[in-house]
This record gives sequence, C-alpha cells and structure tokens, in this order.
Amino acid sequence: MRNSLGLRSLIEEIGGVDQVGIDERVAKYATRSIKKHAKVFGLKLATTMVDLTTLEGKDTPGKVASLCQKALRPHDDSDIPPTAAVCVYPAMVKHAAKLLKGTSVKIASVATAFPSGQSSLKIRLAEVRAAVSDGADEIDMVINRGAFLAGELARVQDEISAVLEACGEATLKVILETSELETYDNIRAASFLAMRVLRPGDFIKTSTGKTSANATLGNNQVMLEAIRDHFLATGVEIAMKPAGGIRTAKEALHFLVAVKETLGDAWLNQDRYRFGASALLNDLVRQMVKEKTGVYQAPYTFSESTTAY
Amino acid sequence: MRLHITKTPKCYVGGSFIRSEGGRVAPLCDAKGTFFANIPLCTRKDLRNAVEAAAKAGPNWAGRSAYNRGQILYRLAEMLEARTPEMTEAILIGGGSRAKANREVVASIDRIVHYAGWTDKFPALLGSVNPVASSHFNFTVTEPMGIIGIIAPDDVPLLGLVSLVLPAITGGNSVVTLASNKQPYPAILLGEMLATSDLPGGVVNLLTGQRDELIPTFASHAHLRGVTAVADLVERQALQNGAADSVKRLKLIAVEDPMDWYSESAQGLYEIRDHLELKTTWHPIGG
Amino acid sequence: MHSPKRTARPVARELLFGNLWEYDAAPESSPAFIDASYGLFIGGKWVAPKTRKTFYSISPRNEEKLSEIALAGAADVDAAYQAAAKAFPAWSKLPGSERAKYLFRIARLLQDRAREFAVAETLDGGKPIKESRDFDLPMAAAHFFYHAGWADKLNYVTPGRVLEPLGVVGQVIPWNFPLLMLAWKLAPALATGNTVVIKPAETTSITALKFASILQDAGLPPGVINIVTGAGDTGAAVVNHPLAAKIAFTGSTAVGKSIQRALAGTGKRLTLELGGKAANIVFEDAPIDQAVEGIINGIFFNQGHVCCAGSRLLVQESIANQVLSKLKIRMKSLRTGDPLDKNTDVGAINSRAQLDRIHELVASGVAEGAELYQPVCELPHKGFYFPPTLFSKVSQSHRIARDEIFGPVLSILTFRTPEEAIEKANNTHYGLSAGVWTDKGSLILKMSNELKAGVVWANSYNKFDPSSPFGGYKESGFGREGGKQGLLDYAKLKATF
Repeated sequence: MRNSLGLRSLIEEIGGVDQVGIDERVAKYATRSIKKHAKVFGLKLATTMVDLTTLEGKDTPGKVASLCQKALRPHDDSDIPPTAAVCVYPAMVKHAAKLLKGTSVKIASVATAFPSGQSSLKIRLAEVRAAVSDGADEIDMVINRGAFLAGELARVQDEISAVLEACGEATLKVILETSELETYDNIRAASFLAMRVLRPGDFIKTSTGKTSANATLGNNQVMLEAIRDHFLATGVEIAMKPAGGIRTAKEALHFLVAVKETLGDAWLNQDRYRFGASALLNDLVRQMVKEKTGVYQAPYTFSESTTAY
Repeated sequence: MRLHITKTPKCYVGGSFIRSEGGRVAPLCDAKGTFFANIPLCTRKDLRNAVEAAAKAGPNWAGRSAYNRGQILYRLAEMLEARTPEMTEAILIGGGSRAKANREVVASIDRIVHYAGWTDKFPALLGSVNPVASSHFNFTVTEPMGIIGIIAPDDVPLLGLVSLVLPAITGGNSVVTLASNKQPYPAILLGEMLATSDLPGGVVNLLTGQRDELIPTFASHAHLRGVTAVADLVERQALQNGAADSVKRLKLIAVEDPMDWYSESAQGLYEIRDHLELKTTWHPIGG
Repeated sequence: MHSPKRTARPVARELLFGNLWEYDAAPESSPAFIDASYGLFIGGKWVAPKTRKTFYSISPRNEEKLSEIALAGAADVDAAYQAAAKAFPAWSKLPGSERAKYLFRIARLLQDRAREFAVAETLDGGKPIKESRDFDLPMAAAHFFYHAGWADKLNYVTPGRVLEPLGVVGQVIPWNFPLLMLAWKLAPALATGNTVVIKPAETTSITALKFASILQDAGLPPGVINIVTGAGDTGAAVVNHPLAAKIAFTGSTAVGKSIQRALAGTGKRLTLELGGKAANIVFEDAPIDQAVEGIINGIFFNQGHVCCAGSRLLVQESIANQVLSKLKIRMKSLRTGDPLDKNTDVGAINSRAQLDRIHELVASGVAEGAELYQPVCELPHKGFYFPPTLFSKVSQSHRIARDEIFGPVLSILTFRTPEEAIEKANNTHYGLSAGVWTDKGSLILKMSNELKAGVVWANSYNKFDPSSPFGGYKESGFGREGGKQGLLDYAKLKATF
C-alpha cells in the first residue's frame, strides 16, 4: 500500500496526463506539411539522429561490420551524413569498435539484461562495465518495470543511479519500455524518476523494440513534455530517444515536428534527440535521393535493405 | 342567526399570504352580481417581489430529488381532493353549473397527479447519450430554465392555471403566476392549498391583478427566463417585444384559438419540455 | 569528450522556438472553382437579382476580389419564398425514406468535392486550410449524413406525438463557419420535411452558392432550398416575409434580439444561436498540458471567430503562473499567417470591420490596465490579421472579460474555490458553453450541474458532433442544433391520440 501511494503522490506532484488530449495534440503534428528545403533539411537531420540498430540473436561480427559501414556512409551520395551511432548487443561492441573508433559514429550498446532486465543487479552492472570497457560510448539500459509497477520507486531510481555510476563517462539512455507501463501517467512518472538522477545529455528512451508496441507520437509527446518541465524546473537538458516502430521518413519527420514545437531548436540535434531504428535509415536515404533526382526509388536498390519484393 | 365571517382574499407569494403593496383592490361579484370579496390588484412591484421569492426558492426546488418532487406534487393533489367541495364553490362564483365546476376541479386534480408521476421520468425521455465520433462520452440532460412567468387564461380559471403551472414546476422551475382576471378566486383558494402541500414557499407564487398593468413587466423582467401565456394578439406582441431584451423563452397560446383544457393533449412530456434547457456535457474516454 | 554537455548551463531556462528548421510555405494548390459571378439560387435555377445590384466578396487573406455576388432585395426574397412554398407540399409528403436519400446524396457529393470546398471556404472566409479541410467540410458532410438517417425515423423521436413539418423556414447564418452553419441549418430542416430560404453572411456567400451546384447534382426538387445573398436588408426581408413559418438565426445577440422583436405577434417560430463569453475553468489537479492545449484550441480555433470560444480563462490561483508560462510557450509555436498555407494555425480575420473591433477591444484592455502578451510573429502585409493575444491581470469588470470579442484574444482571471469559479463563470448574460479541467470526476459533474451553459466540455474544448445538441442558455439564444433534440425545433408536435 505504502508503495503504490508513492507512485500516486509522484503523479500528483508532477501532474497527470489526459490520454485523449495527448492523442489529439499529436494528431496535429501529422498534419504539418514539410516540403522542399524544409523536407531535405528534416531528412538530413533525422539521418544524423539515427542509432542504427541490430539486436538479434543471429547477429554476427560480419553483420555488425556492414552495419557500421552503413552508419558511416548511408549512401554513395556524400551529401548524406553519417548516423549518430550504431546500437548493438554487448558482445558485438568490440567488433563495432574496430570500425568506428575515431569516427563521428558512436557505439551504443544495450545492456542490463536487455530487453527484460530480469537478472540480478550485480550481473546487470557487470554487463554495463564490460560493454564500456569494450568501447561503448553509450549504454541503453532498461528500467525495472516490475519494481515500478509494484510501486518500488526508490528501487527503480537506485538501480538507475548504480548503472549511471557503472557507465563512467559513457552516456546513459534509460529505456522505460512504455508498452509495459501502459498509461501515459506512468510514462510521465517513470520519465521523472529517471531524469531526477540523470546527468545533462543523458537520454530517456521509449522502448526496447522487443514488445508489441513501441515508440508512438503519443508516448514521445508525454516524454518530451516531461523533459521540458524538468528543464524549466532545473535547467537540466535531458535528451530523448524514441525507438522501435519508426520505419518511414514521413513518420520520423512527424516526430521531429513534435520536438520542434515542444522543446524548440535546442533539441533539434543528435546530442538531444535520436531515433532507435533500422529500416528507417534506408527510407530516409530513399526520400533524400528522390528529392535530389525527382524520381521515386525502389527500396531494394539501397544497401542493407531487407525488402526483396 | 350568526353573521358569518368573510375571508379576506390574499395572494400567495414566497409562502406567505400578502395584500398588494399598492393597497388597491377590485371588488369581485358572483354571477348574480352580489358582492363576494375584494381581490388584490397586484402591481409591478408585487411582481418584482414575487420574482425575488421565486429566485430564492428555485435552487432548492430544482435540487430536490425527482422522487421527492413527485411526492410533493401528489400531496398537492391530495389537498385539492380533500377540499373539492370548497373549490367547486369557488369556481361557481363565476357562474355555470355545479356539475361543470365539479368537473373542472376533478380534471385539475387528475392533471396534478399526472404531473406528479412525471418528475422522475421526463429526464430519461428527454435526455440522451449521444454517440459522437470522437473518443468522448457525451450526454444531454435537462435542466430547469429558472423562473417562469405564467399568465393564466380567463376561462377555466383553475384547470387552465394548473395546466400551465404544473409542467413548469414538474421540471424544477419556480413560477410567478397571474391568475384569471375574471375569476381570480379559485387561484386564491389554490394558494391556501399550496401552503399546506409541502411545496416549499416561493416555488409557486400566485398574483391577482390587471393583465394590462402586469404584462409589460412580465415581458421585460430579465430575471424571468421564460413566460408562458394565454394571450391575445396585442398581449403577445407586447410579450415578444419585451422578451427580446433578455432573449426570453416564450410559449404563447393564442386566446382566439380554441383550446380544450380537458383533453389529454393539454398535458404531458412536451409541456414539461417547453420549460427546460438542454445541457450537453463532453468527457474524454481514456486511460 | 562528454564534458561540455555534462555541465548544466546556468542560463535562463528558456526554450528557443527559432528558425533552425523553418517550414517552407506549403500553399494548398487544389483549385477552388469560384465563378466570376453568382446569381441567386431560386426554384432550382440561377436567377439575376431583381435589384440589378451586386456586391463583391473579397478574400480577407489578401483583400483581392473573389467573385461578384447578387444582392437580393425584398422582391427576390419574395420569389424565393414563393418557390419554397410551391415546393413544400410535395417535399413534405415525400416518404421519409425518400427524403433521406436526397440528404445522403448531398452528404456524399459534399465529401467528393470536400477539398475544392475547403479551399473556397479558406479563400472567402480566411480560416486556415487545415481547419476547413479537417473540420468544416467533414463536419458539414457528417451533419447531412446524420440527419439523412432521421428522415424516416421521426416517429421514434417523440413518444406520444408525431413530428410534422412547419412549412417554409427562413434561415440566416453567420460568417464564421459558412458552410458548416449552412449544413447545421439545412439538414434538420430538410429531414423533417420543411423547405428553406437561406441567406449566408455577405462576407462569406461563396461556399453556399457553390453548394447550390451540389443540390442540382443531387437532383433535389426545385424550390426545396433557395439561396439568397446580401447583407442586413436582405436578412430583414428573409426574417419578415409572411410566408416564413419559422426563422432560425445564428449570429450576434444584438441582431438576435431585433429579430425576436420583429417577429412579435406574427406567430412565427424562432430559434436563436447567439453570442457567448465562455469560461474555461482550470483546477489545480488538471492535466496541465492538455488543459493548455484545450485553452489554445478554445480561443485560437478559427481566429477566435467562434460563438463558444473559451475567451475567459479561469485558473485556480495555485497554478496560475504555471499555466500562464505554459500558454506563452505554446503560443510561440502557433503559426499565424496565410490561411491557404497548410501549416497555418491562425489565419485571417474575416473582415476589416471585425479586425477594427478586435483592435478597439484590445486597446480597451490595455487602457484598463490588463497585461498584454503577443508572441513575436510576422504578419502578412496585405489582408486582415491579428496575432494571438493573451491578457493577464484581468478582472471581471474589464470590458475584455465581459464583451464578446470574437477574435484571437484570451483573458485570464483567477479563482480559489469551486464556488468562486462557478460564480465568476455564471456572471455573464451569456450561457452558451464552458470548459472544466480537473482530474476529479465528481468535481466535473458538480461543475457541469452548476454552470449555466448549454454545452460543457470536460477536459476538452470546442468539440462538435452532429449527434450532440448545441445551443445556449440565457442571452446566448434558444433552441438546439444537432441530436434528436434539434429535430424538435423544425417540427410541430401532433398528438397521436
């Protein structure tokens, strides 16, 4: 009882969210018309924000290597910039490091018994340290959703602090796994729990990509507003990463519109906003080529495409 | 032989029996021309005071449960039923047969009973849950308009008045009523029955007086949110002109059109609806 | 490598809404197909006005002439009424299921040509294309579709009574939602078997006139709908015509009152949908960001040219500063400008006269000591524009808190307790709508009970639906539009026994 009171009083303190209202707000982002120069700028900007991700059991050093090549040079056209990072499992960090160290593309590693987080804290922290020592610049951790839903807020926060310490200089991204928190009120509360222990420039992140529901304009908006409120109250700039489910350039532009109209210009860069995605990059490239040539492109002409038809 | 005590007719306002503040009266004679009593000639100030009384009583009346309002209206029917002979005599002052007078009283009682049964039903029939396309729960409920002015017809002095007053108060309004000019005494007597009916003072206020003196004030008084009147063309014009200043709701029954007050069509749900506002509330559905 | 961003900047905590990523102009390019001139639509045909007079409809976005419109005089209005009266017997006797089919057709044809009509609406009235495209047009079509379904089900509406048509109905509609108000008026009138003479507002006649072509394509019998154009004199002729069984008016309270007077003694029925000065009430436990969004939508939707606009914001004192600062942030990302641009949030003020009135009332707010805020925005040089405006430090007695401004101007007042909120909200001769924002369900229902308003939006604002009755208390008018309740205003009740 005492614990769920904790969640309730946290929501009372930070204020609740009306679901229908949020959904109406974000529907308006999708009506923004991004054309011509604004479109090219947005596509490029989105490209620089991609954490190009592969998180599969069948990942191999070879697959990671070609992903790194793709991140460094998404297309033959050198006007198309590299992505922000690649995002891989801890075992793949050292393979990525061989290709990326010394480049602008960072190495992000999921850690902390991703995606469930169902392991002892000791093992989770050891995994973080191993990834960092193998060369990870950024760590994507998962929060303890079980503890959160049970109302053990202090435990959730202490674990984030412990991971933060294990990160050292590495940037931390805290995955809330929004689909398991279910309500917007919970997402906002979890955002605040994380942000209150994070350093400026650390991230909060929507999802692992391993559950049925991933990043949406709705949960993105709830988290952006939490970041804004935290910034206005403390001056601390927390960064944001929606992950999973954003597959098209058009969707990515809608997410960027949300950033522009909620947090403003200071968040429109790869230090403050990322996309956790794989297929998205090729659609961004495809649209940029289309803008340049005026010709619609077939998806399979782009490297690393998984679309054969 | 003992000289009988005559009753001084008084108007029923705010739960009290009042004389006109202007101190004027008009003699009332029976059908044979014999003096019966002096009837108060209420003034626009009396009307104003009655509106104040109605305003004071309105929120409490509107806030009572529908069940409670129904019982109180039924109690009014009980009071009238018990005093049927007295009310029949009151109507007979205006002439006509005893059978006809008795029929009017009985019809009035039945009308009150009819409305007593409506209080807890009309909201269900007139309100609605509306299937809007967006993710909202949307419902429409009825609310009383507030204070309603009622100008009763000259003929059928009791049934006409009851038929106009009951739907208004059934809906939760409070009323200020001008009784029949020609036959005011049944309304005076009805006031005494109202006083013993559990109906809170001020919900029904009964005035007697000259129509031409009071109609302009009924029309223009901005606190009266509606006026229901049986009126001739000149009166209707005056009411509509005055009502425009405060966008007042009017229900005008032309005196020249034949109206069967005894008919079932002179009562019912839509008479109540004429004195109601509709309020629609939207609320999001979400987690 | 991370050190620069590891230090919290001790600068002022302000969000920068600059031009790092500026949206390019995105003008809607679909053609509006506006004719160079329009006659009057009477008896199913286009006729020249007997007055031989015309007037121009200009676009408030750049003051350019759009079309030459016929000016209907009393004789023209009479012709329209004669046509409507002639059409009435057959139309009213048509089985409801057949009348329904015409309305369904109209709804479909309107959907087919929605974009064209949306562009015309924006050009003529000045509202942002995204509103005419995403709100006015879909909602207008929905009203026809909804009421179509009623036409053969009128016996289910009033237990114990049947609905009978009134005859010829005269309708006068405003300029803020030209086509949507036309749909609100025509659909229930037709569904219940009436015929109509309708007059659009003189600054926004074009979509009504374009709509005549839809009536022709739908094969609606001649005379069922007659469209006459003109200004106040034409409106007076519509209102005063002896053949009118009922007048339905949406517009200002002043004109509504004069119509009520004009009808005195005529026996014509009347419904009025007039002005408002709605309170939008925000309690401290409200979902603040959604409340802010609702406040923004409540006052800046359609440049505030909305009779139910939430022009009086009542905020609980404990969160007043927070709400004010969030409103200012939100206003910075509102885009004011060319209504034809798909990214415009606040478009053009409908007319020079309305712009002047807004200027005058805003000046009175400043003079009376209220504190004005307007986000920095560049307005087009031509056309009628006014920036989103917010007044704080407003008291109940200020003119900006009492008069209907009908523009993008919000006044903020504070309260401490629910009772005080109710008193302040009800302290007006208007009673059209209100908003309530709180997380507490029981408080919402209490507020909804106590507010003297025909529509109460809880944790939302400016929501409309054909199935939801709309209309006011007090001097905001009488009668309802929409829902089963709205049908009764276009019919007389006959006892079934």
